[in-house]
Amino acid sequence: MSIVEVGEDLRARNNTRPGTAGPLLEVDDLHTHFETARGIVRAVEGISFTVNRGEVVAIVGESGSGKSVTALSIMRLLPRLTGKIPKGRILFDGQSLLDLDDEQMRKIRGRDMSMIFQEPMTSLNPILTIGLQIMEPLQIHLGMTDKEAKARAVELLQLVGITDPERRLDQYPHQFSGGMRQRVMIAIGLACNPKLIIADEPTTALDVTIQAQILELMKNLSRKLNIALIIITHNLGVVARYADRVIVMYAARVAEQGAADAVFHRPRHPYTLGLLRSVPRLDRPRGSKLETIEGLPPNLALGSSGCRFAPRCPYRIAICDQEQPLFPTDTGGFSRCHRHTEIASGKIIWAAAGGAGLNFAANTEAPVLSVRNLTKFFSVKGGLRGAGGTVRAVQDVSFDIYPGETLGLVGESGCGKTTVGRLILRLEEPTGGEIHFEGVNLSTASPAELKAMRRKVQVIFQDPYSSLNPRMTVGQIIGEPLHVYKIVNGHKQGEARVAELLENVGLRREMAERYPHQLSGGQRQRVGIARALAMEPSFIVCDEAVSALDVSIQGQIINLLEELQRKYRLAYLFIAHDLAVVRHISARVIVMYFGRIMEVADRDVIYGESLHPYTKVLLDAAPVPDPTIEKKREPRLIKGELPSHLAPPTGCVFNTRCPLASQECREVIPKLEEKRPGHFAACIKI
Amino acid sequence: MTIAVPDASVLETPPRPRGAIVEFIRQQPLGTVSFVIIVAMMFAGIFSELVAPYDPLEIDFASILSAPSLDHWCGTDAYGRDICSRLIYGSRTALVIGFTSSFIGSSIGAVLGVASAYFGGKIDDWIQRVMDVLLAFPIIVLALVVVAAFGKLLIGGMDLNLIIAIAIPILPRVERIVRAAAFSVRVMPYVDAARAAGYSHTRIIFRHMAPNVVAPYLIMLTAFIAQAILAEASLSFLGLGVQEPTAAWGLMLSGNAADFYRQAPWLILFPGVSISLAVFAFNLFGDSLRDFLDPRFKV
Repeated sequence: MSIVEVGEDLRARNNTRPGTAGPLLEVDDLHTHFETARGIVRAVEGISFTVNRGEVVAIVGESGSGKSVTALSIMRLLPRLTGKIPKGRILFDGQSLLDLDDEQMRKIRGRDMSMIFQEPMTSLNPILTIGLQIMEPLQIHLGMTDKEAKARAVELLQLVGITDPERRLDQYPHQFSGGMRQRVMIAIGLACNPKLIIADEPTTALDVTIQAQILELMKNLSRKLNIALIIITHNLGVVARYADRVIVMYAARVAEQGAADAVFHRPRHPYTLGLLRSVPRLDRPRGSKLETIEGLPPNLALGSSGCRFAPRCPYRIAICDQEQPLFPTDTGGFSRCHRHTEIASGKIIWAAAGGAGLNFAANTEAPVLSVRNLTKFFSVKGGLRGAGGTVRAVQDVSFDIYPGETLGLVGESGCGKTTVGRLILRLEEPTGGEIHFEGVNLSTASPAELKAMRRKVQVIFQDPYSSLNPRMTVGQIIGEPLHVYKIVNGHKQGEARVAELLENVGLRREMAERYPHQLSGGQRQRVGIARALAMEPSFIVCDEAVSALDVSIQGQIINLLEELQRKYRLAYLFIAHDLAVVRHISARVIVMYFGRIMEVADRDVIYGESLHPYTKVLLDAAPVPDPTIEKKREPRLIKGELPSHLAPPTGCVFNTRCPLASQECREVIPKLEEKRPGHFAACIKI
Repeated sequence: MTIAVPDASVLETPPRPRGAIVEFIRQQPLGTVSFVIIVAMMFAGIFSELVAPYDPLEIDFASILSAPSLDHWCGTDAYGRDICSRLIYGSRTALVIGFTSSFIGSSIGAVLGVASAYFGGKIDDWIQRVMDVLLAFPIIVLALVVVAAFGKLLIGGMDLNLIIAIAIPILPRVERIVRAAAFSVRVMPYVDAARAAGYSHTRIIFRHMAPNVVAPYLIMLTAFIAQAILAEASLSFLGLGVQEPTAAWGLMLSGNAADFYRQAPWLILFPGVSISLAVFAFNLFGDSLRDFLDPRFKV
């Protein structure tokens, strides 16, 4: 049976089910509370929406906005002791879910509605074969025999695009890559031919090229099998390409909902407007400075009156202190803003922070950091069978960074970009190559020179939650280097300097007494920046410094990094996987793949006239938050996945996935050559 | 500069946490009971002279092996010594030996564990092989060997070698647990940040890593106090620990108690109950402390 036939078959089954009229899911005035030791947290307050059969609905919001809790409430998977639904109604296919007992609910879960989670690495059981895990729901819910279930499992793996399904059924999760595991999760979700699939951040843990593959697959399956899909995400680009309707949540409530086109082109709520303005975008000319939503979302444990967004809203007026309903908008959606008509008509524009941009002057000085032929191999110990190997994490990487410049380093996970950062920081010893910092060769430097270099080269990490020692106060964290390096004399001076640093990064000086867990993600990242600045460095490695932050906070931190760069003439190596963010902040960009540099050029050249096929594929896979652009372009889907590091491809490392690859590419390792002035690429085809 | 200082209204401090002790009592009722037992034991141990009704060494041939009564709450032993007073003085012995040996063993173990995890490689391998050897013997056997080999070294009435003998088998057990915890701390970005800042190894180990493994360390410390009390009682019972006439619980079970326990069961009943109660209290307290300190158990 071909995939198309399988699809036809399933669609026929779906349509013969009873109750095909009316929306599939109706959520009406849903309230979800969590009872904690510190009082009741109202995680969802009065959400209403409907999902039609075969429709793709996106729920967008920042962390803590209640989007995942909404999904868990629908699935009735809230924590038993603390999660309560005091009010509301959920109608699924004509049945009221909140009135069902656990037994009845279990029959619906996994059969009529299923869920796909964010983390494909941990949502499969590592000690069971893929086959067993796909067959399990079939046997439980549909009472299939082993043979029937196996046949169906093979069918499902074909459906989600896994080749050689008979053999792969007997394999274990660790033998699959992240993208493949997410496909398996989708296959499990599809197993019983559900009417609704809820996907909670299904692609957040995946690389852009894989993300595009997975989303494309989900959308096609939903169309083909007439399955309704709820995608929960924080990525506006994902929403633009795949959603029919969008629900924007803010602080436990719906801020705005409506058709995707309407929401993206003419938002009716200032929060949506702010979200769309504060993300760096690939489809717009690079602005001088990101417009940001200032402040933080409210604490849901404390009650509040009036508009939740008012404290951060530039359009705030007197009436915003009052409770407000969801207003129907002219496009058939809803907005929780008194001024929605004014916003829609474009009478008021986003007037939040703006300012002068960075000017990149041509660099005539000596580079602050030069890296030449940097190479790092890791040896991997074999298991009992003793088959060890070498992972070539970084090979032959060379670049220069000039004072006051930002060099972007992009690539997918496993491309070696983080290792490059760690080598420069001397957290790892290079296998080969040289690093020169301010003219000193670090591999031959004396301990005293190395110690001096430690001060000048600092780092900002990705995860603001784990990069600060939880047992130290903010003041101790920032003050420690001051005392160790004797930058200040005595306690008084130290405290004054800590206060000054805190204010430099936009925090109040009282924060010095807090512990990291008392701060929000964005505030912690500011502390991390202040710690780096305390050493008075000339060069900072920013390793995914903004990727763990919510979009509205991300913009604030990017602006801060740029301001500090201007003020102190800092050089940044900005390592990231988000192409739009890198474009916004960098002067020059390096694209890495599988341990090697593919292309290096000035920012506008990379994003405008890239030469290397990998760069093109990467840019193509990144979704932009504009439904019209997204729906027009057919994604040039990149084939396959990252090759295994233990069995690297011969010749050009990209040849296994490259659209231009020929026999020659499998034989010759391409050199990084200057194809145009200042534009380097490693490819024999250009 | 136009860096936004977030609005004061959105930066409210979380509700002030209740005092840690009140919170502990509320969350861990069993732990509180065991804590009360421990406090009672410590009180008896520290103020033995004031609490005990008789001198524990005073021999009274007039009342040999008398049953529990209002005069002698727990009866008397074969020399007419008041068992209740001997139990109270015995708690001092148990606490001093139990606490110091567990403290020494756990602390050295913890430092070795953190260092082992931090340095890794060859250093880790060597420390682990030594720990493997120590772990190959049961606690009591290893303690026996050490006591037999080193003999006695009395300082202030307490046998230092006995303390060390009990501390040595505790060391590798704590080391393994702390090392495992330290491994997860080792890969935290804040440790990388400290390394990138060029701090010394000792600073990173003691300032950045050790405070983050304090929870497993404290738990092991309390749990091994119970083990140490048991080991001290066993060694004394075997005649290698505390010597007559010093009051010690294990000692009270051995010697002529074995000859008379049929006629006078209180000879072994009360010391046995004391040992059980102390071991039970310290174990339970360690468990509750683990639950209390582990943030995952917090709401």
